[in-house]
Amino acid sequence: MGVVLILLVTVPLAAGIVALVAPPRLTRAVTVGCGVTCFALAVSLVGAAGSGEVRAARYLRVDALSVVFLLATAFLYACAAAYAVGYVTPEKGEADFPRYARRFYAGLNVFAWSMLAAPLVNGLALLWVAVEVTTVVSALLVAIEDTDGAAEAAWKYVLLASAGLGIALLATIVMYYAGSQVLGASYELTFDPLLASAAGLPAGAVRLAFVLAVVGFGTKMGLVPMHTWLPDAHSEAPTPVSALLSGSLLVVSFYAVLRYFQVARAAVGPHFPQTVLLVFGVASLLLAALCLLDQPDVKRLLAYSSVEHMGILAVGVGFGAPLALAGVLLHVLAHAAAKGNAFFGAGVLVRKFGTKSVTEIRGALDALPWTAPLFLLAVLALSAFPPFGLFRSEFQIVAGGMAASEHALAAVLVVLVTVAFLGLSLVTTRMVFLPRRHPRPGDAALQRSEPSAAVAAVARSEPSGWMVAPMVAGLVALVVLGVHPPGDLTDLLSRAVAELRGLG
Amino acid sequence: MDPVPGVFEGGANVVAVLVLLAEFAMLRAQLLRTQVRLYAWQSLFVALLAVLVAADQGIPELYVLAALSVALKVVIVPLVVLRLLPDADTDIAGSGRFGVASAVLLAIGVAAFGLFVINSLHFAKSSLPTTALALAGAVVLVAFVLMIVRSDVVSQAIGFYSLENGVSLAGLVVAARLPLIVEVAFLFDLLVAVVVFGVLMKIHHSRTASLSTATLTRLRG
Repeated sequence: MGVVLILLVTVPLAAGIVALVAPPRLTRAVTVGCGVTCFALAVSLVGAAGSGEVRAARYLRVDALSVVFLLATAFLYACAAAYAVGYVTPEKGEADFPRYARRFYAGLNVFAWSMLAAPLVNGLALLWVAVEVTTVVSALLVAIEDTDGAAEAAWKYVLLASAGLGIALLATIVMYYAGSQVLGASYELTFDPLLASAAGLPAGAVRLAFVLAVVGFGTKMGLVPMHTWLPDAHSEAPTPVSALLSGSLLVVSFYAVLRYFQVARAAVGPHFPQTVLLVFGVASLLLAALCLLDQPDVKRLLAYSSVEHMGILAVGVGFGAPLALAGVLLHVLAHAAAKGNAFFGAGVLVRKFGTKSVTEIRGALDALPWTAPLFLLAVLALSAFPPFGLFRSEFQIVAGGMAASEHALAAVLVVLVTVAFLGLSLVTTRMVFLPRRHPRPGDAALQRSEPSAAVAAVARSEPSGWMVAPMVAGLVALVVLGVHPPGDLTDLLSRAVAELRGLG
Repeated sequence: MDPVPGVFEGGANVVAVLVLLAEFAMLRAQLLRTQVRLYAWQSLFVALLAVLVAADQGIPELYVLAALSVALKVVIVPLVVLRLLPDADTDIAGSGRFGVASAVLLAIGVAAFGLFVINSLHFAKSSLPTTALALAGAVVLVAFVLMIVRSDVVSQAIGFYSLENGVSLAGLVVAARLPLIVEVAFLFDLLVAVVVFGVLMKIHHSRTASLSTATLTRLRG
């Protein structure tokens, strides 16, 4: 199985290099092929990682926990690559399209490569390196649209995320110091020795490292109050990149937090790390739920929904019960599929109606016979409606909270998720079902002489089948995860939970 | 009462203080060139400390690391930043949200906080006097002050780079024997980050014809 790991860290990078030299048509095919291949490779690891760890080339290692995050990233990579075929098309009179396409596809592949590499590397130091690479590559992708908004979002993103990762680097060094008390002055920060000797680590240094890691990686994960870059970057990036940012990048940082959680839990007991995560998680949920209630921009709306879901993940780990942890890991997978779908749908709406404003997009059901229902279903899935995967995962998290006797917090979680549902569903149903504005008598003259461009231009058609196909795939994944997750996957999740609780 | 520090401890503390002083000087730098030069000096001091530790503890890898960081942070990074912004010889004066005096006073308060908090932690078996660790904490905090109070892209980027210098300093104290491969990976990462920061600074400069971030207020809510 080791060869699969090596393929996963080489194939997307090769695709990125191909994108720099090949013509756009070939690049598209290579990118889609590479995305699907990576997903197949990740799936092929499920069985092996469900029963033990897989290693290759000294610095690569996966266990069940890593494979969960590999699956989420690789699935979205494949979907985003297919979606990009329909999304990245030359607009009329755009002369430098080949240059744009080259940069976009090279960036997309390298971005996916860095996110796949993060769960594959063995050790906290290399993990930090991989997460930093994801930051710089995605910052360039955020800036690619060449608008004032994109430049502003990219600057905020790269500065805040890098400063956060500076703190995460401090966490890495403090953890190294803690480990050096047991493992000797010179060692590599690999997971197994560190976990094996966790009981002997100095508690103060481990606590410090854990808090620094939550603040540092939490910045990239979008935990309140370090989330401020997130809505900007998500709304200004090209849609396939937004989907990857939201569904994969945030959870890759969450993966880093989980690795520190694993060590901290083994070293200082579950109470301290769980409390830290509960505080950040509830703050994120609260702020995101309130921001969702009045958000004029459809992509920012989905970005705040990501903050909300990262909050749910942090709270779920904070509960600490095995059921809640299993729910958290399932949530990572289901959230990737649902958020990907929601961004893909929003991207089609934005393209069709030429605006990101949720008050100007109306009558989507008439204009987009496929995308509009798929978008609505994605938003319902995000709001944890059955039969989708997020219903199952959030149910497990809440039930786990009850099992851990955190009744008040479980109730808070349910209330805030419901508030978020209110915000999301009101806006979405209005966009999908409300008819387009009819000219009122007062401005009839205006309408006759100068028909609003938006009203005139919207015909009933899908912009591209390539943009619908990934949403159908995502919907299938959501239903499978919700109704009957495959047996191998359930085994994988329970093994990952055991690893998190130090029983692996 | 602590015993009188020896030559090595004294020397190491002096260099660590110089790193912190360079950070303070950045708070009041008024020219792009000055800011970049201060960063080069600060990186040189950190590399000097690495050499001191290497000599004292007998860790030959640290010489390699020191040489690499001099090449990267003292030569390449300043060159890249100045090369990407050749026509941006505009000064970055007055980009502070407060006056220089208030910013420095704020930074002194923050640095003192860091110094005392970290001094109260007990790190055993370190390769440098623990004062150096406290100074590293102060450097990190003042770097945040720099990024917060200065509203121009160059100071903010240099703030991040020098934040990394502070973390390197902390690394020298408590994790001097970190394997070379990991250190090199960190440095390579920094190089990539510097290039990306440079590209984004250039984009910002070409769009707004200034280095100020005062206009970056479009995205909110």
